[in-house]
Amino acid sequence: MLRKAFAIAAALGLAAAAQASLAATTQATPKDVHWSFEGPFGRFDQEQLQRGYKVYHDVCSSCHAMHLMSYRNLGQVGGPFYDPKYPNPNDNPYVKAIVQDYKVADIDSDTGDVIHRPATTADAFVSPFANDAAARASNGGSLPPDLSLIIKAREDGARYVYSILTGYQPAPAGLTVPANRYYDPYMPGDMTSFWHGAGPAPTGGFIAMPLQLTPNRVTFDDHVMATPDQEAKDVVAFLAWASEPHQSERKQLGFAVMIYLVIFTGLLYASYRRIWRKVAH
Amino acid sequence: MSGHSTYEPKTGIERWLDTRLPIIRFGVDLGDFPTPKNLNYWWTFGAILGVCLVTQIVTGIILAMHYVPNATLAFDSVEHIMRDVNYGWLIRYIHANGAAMMFLAVYIHMFRGLYYGSYKAPREVLWLLGMVIYLLMVITAFMGYVLPWGQMSFWAATVITNILGSLPVVGPPITTWLWGGFAVDDPTLNRFFSLHYLLPFVIAGVVVLHIWALHVPGNNNPTGVNVKSEADTVPFHPYYTIKDAFGAGVFLILFAAFVFYNPDGMGHADNYVPANPLVTPAHIVPEWYLLPYYAMLRAVPNKLLGVLTMFGAIGVLFVLPWLDRSKVRSMRYRPTARIFLALFLLTCLVLGWCGAHEPDAAVIPGVGPGFVLVDYGINTDVWLSRLGTLLYFAYLIPVQLFLPLFETPLPVPESISTPVLSHPASVPAGATSAPEKKG
Ligand code: HEC
Ligand code: HEM
Repeated sequence: MLRKAFAIAAALGLAAAAQASLAATTQATPKDVHWSFEGPFGRFDQEQLQRGYKVYHDVCSSCHAMHLMSYRNLGQVGGPFYDPKYPNPNDNPYVKAIVQDYKVADIDSDTGDVIHRPATTADAFVSPFANDAAARASNGGSLPPDLSLIIKAREDGARYVYSILTGYQPAPAGLTVPANRYYDPYMPGDMTSFWHGAGPAPTGGFIAMPLQLTPNRVTFDDHVMATPDQEAKDVVAFLAWASEPHQSERKQLGFAVMIYLVIFTGLLYASYRRIWRKVAH
Repeated sequence: MSGHSTYEPKTGIERWLDTRLPIIRFGVDLGDFPTPKNLNYWWTFGAILGVCLVTQIVTGIILAMHYVPNATLAFDSVEHIMRDVNYGWLIRYIHANGAAMMFLAVYIHMFRGLYYGSYKAPREVLWLLGMVIYLLMVITAFMGYVLPWGQMSFWAATVITNILGSLPVVGPPITTWLWGGFAVDDPTLNRFFSLHYLLPFVIAGVVVLHIWALHVPGNNNPTGVNVKSEADTVPFHPYYTIKDAFGAGVFLILFAAFVFYNPDGMGHADNYVPANPLVTPAHIVPEWYLLPYYAMLRAVPNKLLGVLTMFGAIGVLFVLPWLDRSKVRSMRYRPTARIFLALFLLTCLVLGWCGAHEPDAAVIPGVGPGFVLVDYGINTDVWLSRLGTLLYFAYLIPVQLFLPLFETPLPVPESISTPVLSHPASVPAGATSAPEKKG
């Protein structure tokens, strides 16, 4: 029903009007994946979030920061390690255990020296690099973007990131691939100047990130098979949650609000009919 | 404001207050205001706009408690609202979608005015004040969009301030003054925040004048015929308070559907990427409610003329009451004008579509740009924008001036109550002398 309402709104040219077309840049349409967190009643699967966090932690976090996330977020309502026994996420044993692996740069308040103290649950995720220049220096000049908002920062973000991660392909013959770059049809790009083959240039672009997700790249604690596809789906679910940690709460509250508004508006309509019943109009 | 007053102070203290500050009388008179009894649901959008304005102000004040107007901190402070502030996500989504919903409401409100001729004498000042409100809304929304300091915020600010810079003589100083420096940067963000906080209160002030100007001539109505007797009216309260409340309820359902189920649907993904002056986004587009103007701007090959066209598109609406030569207010009785208005609405929607696409994008997909006329193929967005711009002004100037010379309006009822008793569609034209009964 809601979908229909949206379709109507789109037809009116409201929601869809901002959709832009692409000029010389091309990009393959993201793969059609379905997510548990989609739609008005979508929810995150907590086990998937835990596996996704593990992929982020074991693989992505060596290059990508998530500076908008704090360790305590992992234990908050809706998070991967939420446990109703610990309403305060700072008491959550998983979160406390995760934090033990990290040190945070700080100033010693007695001496003023730069020190590294143990991280607390309130600290933001420790970034892999001290600054952007250091991140570029280690990645052949390219900056691995912060992943805190990545799913919202791309059009159709969940499908897009999933497709990027699983979409690496050997470059077709006739395509000159620059050093430290990889061909991925799902990455937006303009290949015309790199193309020497027959016909139109291939769709997609180059990405500076090497292929990350290989079979058994991580070992999942729940014995789910760590195929590249599974790893990609799980990490995307985690990133989707991190992009908007309150989204399940938003949909739940929305349901109550919609019911309330429909009843309330119905009552207003009944009052309206009653008040106007003696007036010819 | 409404002339006679029915208020009689009953208690001593009310009498005392009434001779010093007749504020209770004022409220009672507002409630008693005689309002035509045939207003349809298009008339509920004024009240809906009031609800929107209050919603924007209340949510905005709360957002400002957590937002930091600083180029290095603004983006993260918005995310702090989304993540850490209790129900911050809700407040921000209401504010962001509320702006778009308010534009939806204002466009309906304005088209209502166009259709029923509500801008014509004696309501010209009411219309002018409405246009002032609309102009202030555009400025406020633009400045608000800059505040999260994402890529679209930054680049929209850059494009628009540069556009203003193309105005002769005043342009460059205005741009520098808006920037507070030599490019869009921290000082720009700070003054935009300050003005974004200020302008809604200015709008609220103009709304008071707007309603004052409404209460002097009173409401227009779907027939466009003046109120002749008390039989044509009902007191505003409870008749229209309840009707407006119902209209607002329906509107809020649509609003909530966006807030809770598609809160970023009207936004752009790039605005979740922090502003970066070194990286230009592939497509810089304004929010949907400003797309038609953006299309007109790009339709004109000369930058200055483009800017003048864009401002002219708003400016010409200000003088509409003096361009329209027709004596008949409501388009219910102007079948030809009705067709032109429908085409005008279509033109605005097509211009919006054009604004969302690149100038060289194909209009009919798959057939190529076609024969090149001057600079672009005829099957391109830019040529459709040019056609749209032409039709936009054609409707607002020549059609308003000359259509009344050629059209034959249908007979107009003598009073509101006449067609109220027998709907015009079901009555042979000219049957305006149906027996008048008290409603
Ligand atoms: C060896 C370092 C490295 C690792 C590990 C790594 N990435 Fe990347 N990633 C990069 C670099 C460098 C870029 C920038 C690519 C570019 O600009 O072409 C990037 C870009 C991205 C992008 C952005 C694509 C775009 O649209 O701009 C996403 C999404 C991404 N990585 C996700 C991940 C995920 C998820 C993981 C973990 C499974 C991961 N990355 C692991 C280096 C890495
Ligand atoms: C914040 C924005 C606005 C608010 C809160 C607002 C509020 C109202 C209200 C409460 C009414 C009376 C109810 C009604 O007829 O709908 C009204 C009437 C009117 N408004 Fe607005 N308005 C706004 C913007 C505008 C704009 C932008 C225009 C057009 C330029 C406009 C033009 C009119 C006209 C012509 C009327 C008289 C309608 C009639 O009686 O037929 N208003 N407005």
